[in-house]
Amino acid sequence: MSIPARFGPYGGRYVPETVIPALDQLAAAYERMSADPGFNAQLDGLLKDFVGRPTPLYLAERLTEKLGGPRIYLKREDLCHTGAHKINNTVGQLLLAVEMGKKRIIAETGAGQHGVATATAAALFGLPCAIYMGEKDIARQELNVVRMKLLGAEVIPVSSGSRTLKDAMNEAIRDWVTNVGETYYVIGSVAGPAPYPAIVRDFQSVIGREAREQILQQEGRLPNELIACVGGGSNAMGLFAAFMDTGVGMTGVEAAGEGLETGRHGASIERGARGVLHGSLSYILQDAYGQILEAHSISAGLDYPGVGPEHSYLHDEGRVRYDSVTDAEALAAFTLLSETEGIIPALESSHAIAYVVKHTGRFSPGDAIIVNLSGRGDKDVHQAARALGLLE
Amino acid sequence: MSRLEELFRSRKKKALLMPYITGGYPTIHECRHVLDAFVAGGADMIELGVPFSDPLADGPVVQASAQRALDEGVTPDDVLALAGEFSGRLPVVLLVYFNCVYAYGQERFVDAAAQAGVSGLIVPDLPVDEAGEFAGICRARGVDPILLVAPTSTDERISMIAAQASGFIYCVSVAGVTGARTSLSEQLPDFLARVRAKTDVPLAVGFGVSTPDHAAAVAEYADGVIIGSRLISMVAEAGDIDIAVRAVTSFLSLINEVLEP
Ligand SMILES: Cc1ncc(COP(=O)(O)O)c(C=O)c1O
Repeated sequence: MSIPARFGPYGGRYVPETVIPALDQLAAAYERMSADPGFNAQLDGLLKDFVGRPTPLYLAERLTEKLGGPRIYLKREDLCHTGAHKINNTVGQLLLAVEMGKKRIIAETGAGQHGVATATAAALFGLPCAIYMGEKDIARQELNVVRMKLLGAEVIPVSSGSRTLKDAMNEAIRDWVTNVGETYYVIGSVAGPAPYPAIVRDFQSVIGREAREQILQQEGRLPNELIACVGGGSNAMGLFAAFMDTGVGMTGVEAAGEGLETGRHGASIERGARGVLHGSLSYILQDAYGQILEAHSISAGLDYPGVGPEHSYLHDEGRVRYDSVTDAEALAAFTLLSETEGIIPALESSHAIAYVVKHTGRFSPGDAIIVNLSGRGDKDVHQAARALGLLE
Repeated sequence: MSRLEELFRSRKKKALLMPYITGGYPTIHECRHVLDAFVAGGADMIELGVPFSDPLADGPVVQASAQRALDEGVTPDDVLALAGEFSGRLPVVLLVYFNCVYAYGQERFVDAAAQAGVSGLIVPDLPVDEAGEFAGICRARGVDPILLVAPTSTDERISMIAAQASGFIYCVSVAGVTGARTSLSEQLPDFLARVRAKTDVPLAVGFGVSTPDHAAAVAEYADGVIIGSRLISMVAEAGDIDIAVRAVTSFLSLINEVLEP
């Protein structure tokens, strides 16, 4: 098995020469370990006992009834330890880091979920950990900043550029270039230079493998459609990957922010153009000269002007449909799911729910769909309270 | 032999002096004065950066200079025009991140660079494995694609890079981003010897070279000395362009002295 460096024309390794040998080592280590039964047994054990997998596939009956459309199943990644799917990937990558003899862990984070998941896995393995986070995100995801610190991680504020995920990733890459010998860089989505997009997809694909088995048990058949929000695209790829050999429909939901027409959004696929950001060729938000534009989303995890290269490929191939919902639509879905199902979703995941609310008419009542509930909303309650005027 | 290689081969100095400035920093007009200072200070080649929003091979000083130039509205076209103004006086190489080239259109960008008299293009985020198409486009237009090699490059990769290199090879002095440093890496001589063993192409050293002592040390093992962040800091700290020009000119003259044969 060899790890793909490209998905069609997308992907590649557009990074300084200094880290290319480290990417080669990572690819070799991953190839070796992913074929090693011992490694896989260790990973499965951690996913079960530490992360709490399998996560349920939950039929949201009241939401289904309320919308009067397809039967809506929620893949409950919000029930993972630390509250989002991100930990599936960090536990896997930490095992790789330990295997490769690395002594220090770094990561970038947007919403803070990947930062928390990385800090958690680093604590589990007793490795020092530094997390880069944009100042704007530090302000709106305070809870996760405190969690990272409690977990023993150093949170390094990033004040350059848009002070969000994009800039945190620049800074993490710069750290990695400088300390590449001993440092393992845990990328948090299916983005970055090869082999990261494939590695992160593989570690996240446990979501789809479980969901496929669960829906067959509960519905006796495959679902009509899979729906997931897309920031960098890891929870979506994690769900989709296990269904690629089927005809099941797939929709990725990007952040339309204040509206696509306002230019303040995070819809890299819908409104971007091909370009290189953070080491891979993909759809990105940029101006005519290739300067990267600021993304905008109410949810920090979707506030990113790029997308994983495999998504660009799946878009061009027509295999996955990509759409977007606005901040306001996501916020309404956030409230709706909280009130109808007793589940407070992450603002990122609320985008996937909002898509279903908006496009219920696309489905017939006999349909069954799976929505990836990528995370829980505890981290977002302050922001939601402000946006909804709950603290007046 | 390319124009750049010719320049290295025919030199009298121990090593060529290759100062860097971000194109359009602090403003297009003031940058012109800094480039004049490069000429007056005895530079042998000018390295001009195309400001990019997300320069991930750069440390804080070059980053801030790029941001300032972008805030001034500087575009790749402006930097190409600036290169055109100086390429008759000294050979000019551009440092440009790949997305700026890609968005412009690779052929169109290299055409414009050739038109402006640019001798070489350095793309810090385009390693040799990804550089095939771009390098071909450059060569077809008589522009050298300048490849980078790092202390972390394996011997196998150094051979790959050497096989594709022309003009000169940009040797990154340490694993890291651009930025002035107080001392050079102790491994630098061994690293340069490893590269030298694989190629006859001239070697220029950059990243962290910031004092006459550094330059003298680098000149023992390499054919060119690249100085960037230190110069940008001088311009930033001067606050006034006339003071900056004097500071840059006398600093480069000092460096030049240690590079004399
Ligand atoms: C809960 C949750 N969902 C989704 C995302 C977006 O990332 P991705 O598209 O990689 O799943 C994030 C990122 O922080 C997140 O925290």
